This record gives sequence, structure tokens and C-alpha cells, in this order.
Amino acid sequence: MIKNISNLGDAALYCDFGIEVDKETNAKVIKYFKNIKEKKIKGVTNITPSYNKLIISFDLKLTNFIDLKKIVENLELKEFLKNKSKTIQIPICCDKKFALDLKNLEKKLKISEDKIFQKFFSKEYYCYMTGFIAGHPFLGDTDLSLRAKRLETPRVKIPKGSVGITEQFCNIYTFESPGGWNIIGNTPLNIFDKTNQLEPNLINPGDTVSFNQISLDEYKKYG
Amino acid sequence: MNIKNMDKSYFEVIRPGINTTFQDLGRKNLYHIGIPFSGAMDNRNYTLANEIAGNKINSPVIEFAFQGPLMRFKGKKIYFNITGNVNFYILKKKEKIKGNCYQNYILENGDELDILSTDKSVYGYLSISGSFDIESQWNSFSTNIKANIGANDGKKLEQGQQIKIIDANYKNPKRQLDYINSKIENIRVIKGTNFNYFTEKSKKNFFNKEFTVTKLSDRMGMRLEGVKIENDVDTNIKSEGIIKGVIQVPADGNPIIMLSDHGTIGGYPKIGVVISADYDKLVQLPPGSKLKFKEIDLADAELLFKLYEMETKNLVSKIK
Repeated sequence: MIKNISNLGDAALYCDFGIEVDKETNAKVIKYFKNIKEKKIKGVTNITPSYNKLIISFDLKLTNFIDLKKIVENLELKEFLKNKSKTIQIPICCDKKFALDLKNLEKKLKISEDKIFQKFFSKEYYCYMTGFIAGHPFLGDTDLSLRAKRLETPRVKIPKGSVGITEQFCNIYTFESPGGWNIIGNTPLNIFDKTNQLEPNLINPGDTVSFNQISLDEYKKYG
Repeated sequence: MNIKNMDKSYFEVIRPGINTTFQDLGRKNLYHIGIPFSGAMDNRNYTLANEIAGNKINSPVIEFAFQGPLMRFKGKKIYFNITGNVNFYILKKKEKIKGNCYQNYILENGDELDILSTDKSVYGYLSISGSFDIESQWNSFSTNIKANIGANDGKKLEQGQQIKIIDANYKNPKRQLDYINSKIENIRVIKGTNFNYFTEKSKKNFFNKEFTVTKLSDRMGMRLEGVKIENDVDTNIKSEGIIKGVIQVPADGNPIIMLSDHGTIGGYPKIGVVISADYDKLVQLPPGSKLKFKEIDLADAELLFKLYEMETKNLVSKIK
């Protein structure tokens, strides 16, 4: 299933699953991720799944590229039963004060604000991966009519909780962060909870997410 | 009166310094949720600080960058040492002692430790013979100020705060090491997974021309300036994992080297990866430094890492 394994520097394996960005390819990546994680292979320090790549980093004192590559190539893969397709509900407020790029998006996409919301809130989204900043989910796929490029000049600060779209993806900024996605709203939920040692992420790779629109008053009630 | 309370010792932070945090060997197996490795930037100097102090290998130390903290010690006494290339003074009631790195010193009640600056380098380490009374998170004390994770509530040291000390030990007061950090201008690099995204001319320039470390460098990354590295395939890739040492080149053509607090996912082409053996020296290059990248293959990089490890062990064995 892995098309090619190469070295990324002297302390990581770069497992390539192809160039496609879709659920099927990503499911293979996540399957390897879960298997390797469960095996607790000596020397492995991190496993990072993404759309169609898996990066396995290791401690060069304990193992090396050739040995670890062999282990990964000969891994017996087992199936992990999916949790009964749990859908995570995320409320979003799209008030002017949060939807920083809505006006721009109307121009870029040549559709009205109402249409943007209608298209965005009527879909469920798949979580391909989490990362970049802690707990930050990469979700997809958005409707064809909503696919816009990143901002030409990324923002230095995007407020925590902001929901952005770009290309076929949407995301939630779990912390104030720099970034270039088109911001359409903000969620009052805490997507990353550092006090939860076992499950700090509200959304994990493979999960399904659906968004519902809330008013500013409702948003404020979350406190 | 409670004897334990009488015995309590602590540092009072008079001046926190620029970026002063607790660090240890970092936290593992959390990239997939977006939490980087963190940990001490310069691993060798971190290790030496703990070894000279007589601490366990994974004990948290105080890492500072450029200007370190000024702290007043309250309590009976404590031994400490500082590693790196650091100018510091011990201010006693009637004298001012200029400190040498890699050597244990004593602080007594009311003494101040003034860590003025790192000399032609970036990071320095303060280790005490004992433990800081701090909290760990995900099996590491390392503070990640971006995600607010780790010791000190995930924050830098702040003016006026107290750092409590527990389990002070007085076993090895005189330990020291003769060591001078060497500098390197050549950073050895293994070609990255997107090396072929770049023009022939830029591939050559990458390994031949000089780059300058810019001020936009911190624990997350080091931004370089120099000849622009041009891409003739795509200036973006589908976002994927990153590890420390990865050199990304965004559309503006200026390389960025990912360091210990890097974002775990990134979407810029990877032109190369700094070898593990050169990481400690790389992070010590202050803004304005010039560097050149030298291409190396995997086998040589692995060998150089073994040598690096042997050198560190050798230094540890010379502590007396």
C-alpha cells in the first residue's frame, strides 16, 4: 500500500502513499499510523499522518533508516474497527466580527453570502489529519463552489476558534496563529484541551464533523 | 515552626531575560495531534549542564536565549552551573564574581545570579544540583510557549515570579569541565524529498552560496536570506508532516529551517534536512551569521552522528 519509502534526513522515514487527496488514500495512511503506533517499535519517536504521506521519525541512537524501513515494509497490518461513525457537531458564529473574509470570498467565488453559508453548512466533513498547531484539524471536502485560494498575504494573527476555508479544505484555528485561510466564522468550542492528557483533541483523524450556524447571542452563552 | 518551611529555597526572578524557559529532552509521540518535540535546542550543552550538576539525564534545566535572567536566591545554599558561551556574574553582598561556564558555583541566601548574555551564540543552560518544583505535561517539563504546554503554565519566565527548589544535593560541589564550544559555518544537509522542485541553478546555489541568519529566528524556526532559491514545479505541496532540521522554501525563495518548536504540518517544498550531528551547532548561530550548506549522504550522516555521540560521551567522562 505504501508506494515508496525514502529517508527524510537521517532520522525519519518518508512513506509515500501517492498524490491523491481523498478518503481512500488517507484511510490507508491512518491504518498504517494506528498499526505502527500500537506496535510501539523501538526508537520510534513520532508518527505523523497527513493526506497521503506518513512520516515516522526516530531516535538515531536507538535505530536507523534501513532497520526501521524493513520493519515497516514487513508489518502485518490489522484492521481497526471504526467507532460507530460518530459525527462531531461544531457550532459556528458567522457574525461580521468573526467572518473576516466573507466579503472577499463573495467576490472571489462570485456567489452570495447566503449561498456560501448554505453550501458550507449542508455538508459533513472528514478529518484527514490534525497538526500544524496543537489540535488543528484539516477537514474536507468542501463544495466545488467554495474552493478559493489562500490569502495572498497571510494574516500575522488569526483569532482562536476561527474557521477557515481554502481549496477543498476547511479548518479550525485552535490557537491564535498566523495563517492564510479565508475566515468565515468562529466556534466557541475548545477544540484542543491541554488538561485532557489522553484525548486532548476534540476532532481526530478519520472523524466526521458537521457544522451548525449560531447567532452572536448563542455564541456568547458558551462564555 | 515547621522545619520543612524553614528550609524552603527558591529563586526570585528580578529580570526574566528574553526567552527563558524550562527544557528537558522533549516530548514524544504527539506530532499527530499537533504538538512538537520541543526540548533543549542545544542537546550537548543541555546534557553537560545536567552531568556537571550531577542530575539525572532527563532533568529539566533553564534555557535562555541572548540575554538570560537575573535571579535572587533565597534559602540555605544551592550549587549551579551554566553551559554554553555565557557571560554571567554572581553578586554576593560584598563581591562580584565573574563566572566561568562548565563549572559548579555556590549561591547562598540573598546572592544574585546575573546571566548577562550569550556570547556569539544564542542559547545557554542553567542547571542546579537539585530539582525545580515544576509540573510536567505529557511526560516532559519542556515549555512550549506557542501551545502553552509544559512547565510554568506553558509560559516564559516572568518578572517577579518565584521558582521553588526541592531536593537540593551537595554531593558534587566541585565538578567542572574544560570545554570550548566550536563554531561551524558549514551545515551538512541531506537532500530533501522535494529537491527536484527547484531549478538547476538554484540547486547549485543552495549548496554553494552563503546564507545569512535573519532576526526572524526563534525556537520554532530559523529564517535565512541570501540568493533566492527558485522553484519551477510548485511553491506549495499538499500539507504533510515536518521534523526538526527540515529546510523549507516558500514562494519568496528564502529558506526556513524548522527548529524544535516547529509546526508539525507544513505545505512548503522541502529542499533539504540538516543532519542530526549538526543541529546543536546550527541553533547556536545568532542573527547575522553566515552559513553554507554542504551536501552529504545518509551513510555519512549516520557515521557523523555516531562521532557526535562519542564526543559527547567523551566530554562527560572528562568532568571532574
